[in-house]
Amino acid sequence: MSKNGPFALLFHTLVVVFMLAPLVVVCLVAFTPENTLSLPTTEFSLRWFRAVFERADFVDAFYNSLILAFCAASLATLIAVPAALAITRFEFPGRDFFNGLFLSPIIIPHLVLGVALLRLFALMGVNGSFAWLIFAHVLVITPYVLRLVLASAIGLDRSAEHAAQSLGAGRFTLFRQITLPMILPGVAGGWLLAFINSFDEVTLSIFVTSPATQTLPVRMYVYATESIDPMMAAVSALVIALTALTMILLDRVYGLDRVLVGKQ
Amino acid sequence: MSTLVAVRQGRQGYLLSAPALALYVCLLVIPLLLTLVLSFNVFDYSSGINGDAYTVDHYSSLLGDPYFYEIFLRTFWISALTTLLCVVIGVPEAYILSRMGAPWRSIFLILILTPLLISVVVRAFGWSLLLGADGLVNQTLQAFGGSPMKLLYTPFAVVIALVHVMLPFMIIPVWTSLQKLDPAAEQAAMSLGASHFTVMRQVVLPQIMPGVLSGTLIVFGLAASSFAIPGLLGGRRIKMVATLIYDQYLSELNWPMGAAIAVALLLLNLLIMLSWNRMIEGRYKKSLG
Repeated sequence: MSKNGPFALLFHTLVVVFMLAPLVVVCLVAFTPENTLSLPTTEFSLRWFRAVFERADFVDAFYNSLILAFCAASLATLIAVPAALAITRFEFPGRDFFNGLFLSPIIIPHLVLGVALLRLFALMGVNGSFAWLIFAHVLVITPYVLRLVLASAIGLDRSAEHAAQSLGAGRFTLFRQITLPMILPGVAGGWLLAFINSFDEVTLSIFVTSPATQTLPVRMYVYATESIDPMMAAVSALVIALTALTMILLDRVYGLDRVLVGKQ
Repeated sequence: MSTLVAVRQGRQGYLLSAPALALYVCLLVIPLLLTLVLSFNVFDYSSGINGDAYTVDHYSSLLGDPYFYEIFLRTFWISALTTLLCVVIGVPEAYILSRMGAPWRSIFLILILTPLLISVVVRAFGWSLLLGADGLVNQTLQAFGGSPMKLLYTPFAVVIALVHVMLPFMIIPVWTSLQKLDPAAEQAAMSLGASHFTVMRQVVLPQIMPGVLSGTLIVFGLAASSFAIPGLLGGRRIKMVATLIYDQYLSELNWPMGAAIAVALLLLNLLIMLSWNRMIEGRYKKSLG
């Protein structure tokens, strides 16, 4: 039962087509049997997917991105959970400042962070190191974990915690048995959102990766500035598939609409 | 709260925030300060960066050089046009979405917003497929008897792709403020004989204005500092501030000049965000009386 008129629905259809068109086209072109960027008309072919797996540079970049996103999301979660608990349950001077500081990478352009980290890493002589690349990613994705964990830790019923405490539970038991299970959707959702954001990150990474530590988005960016062929479409289709898979997981553990537009 | 409890709470709070604080000081505060210093360092194409000599040359050429002026101006109008299109498309779309029935509403909301989570390189590549010389748009034009147009590597391509990437950032805050809207107000206005247009203008729009403004600032800030879209769809000629900084760092190797532009970009961005916060606080105080 829609309250929208025909004109509104037409407008809506156009917006949906606009939002999905580039992604759909990428996925279709990936299956072309031709040598040129064309939509498959008579048959679907997997030749360009095979071509991707024969390119060692793309395969290496894919593994780099996967390991990077996994490590960075895990570290960011380990850092963000205690910080979120500190902000939600303890009163201390500078708390609001900490909150603002920890969320600030969201409003600082990634490009600026990239050149700033390039300078730091160059002075330290560690530019192109994979470990420092992980830390750079932790910095930009921690706010996403923090936001979701904050949202699930605020307004939490504390009575179970007080009960456990009065029964003599230690601080660690309290966290593992009572607090963590209650904020788990926020923690798992935050990890997945951080994983996606790290896996997709290109602007910062382009400054602080070396050819050996190149991530998939950086490899794709560099490749796309030099040449455009259907192999690029096949890589893009694989990235879309992986992102879609992560999004389905995210929807299961936290709810995609809650991640995107907050509580409904 | 007793002093003792306050002290203990404070200590625990700092202890739990310590890892995050260490990360942010080492990888955010220090690098930004280093970049600020770097932007004042003397640079010479033969000897490189001179860390001991300081100058304001980079900032004065930023203000005086017509080459930089042109790029800043282009970045401004492309971002402004992107923002305008996002308002024109995003606000009605959010309104239409909010008036949809139960299953469709969340299905379309997710369909429209999830491209946000897909790599911007993939989305830019999708647009280069659509807008290329023999891309889908030109094929359609030819099928209808039109002549093919050069779309890729023009400001048009950059604006279209930026609108695609930024539209979710407009829809989300507008959607959020629409959720707070009381449908009874609309119905009351209708039952008193107000036309659809009047209801929109007098009841709905004033209440979602904070959302629209918030979206406007986010979109403008992100568009002005966007890198991958102008890099892939603007080609070498349509430079924006972000691709200019990239060139200064990685092709010209003039890091101090690049740092000065980056500092300028960051300051402009923070100015926009802070003025927004100030505005919100002002409104909030006013509404409290």
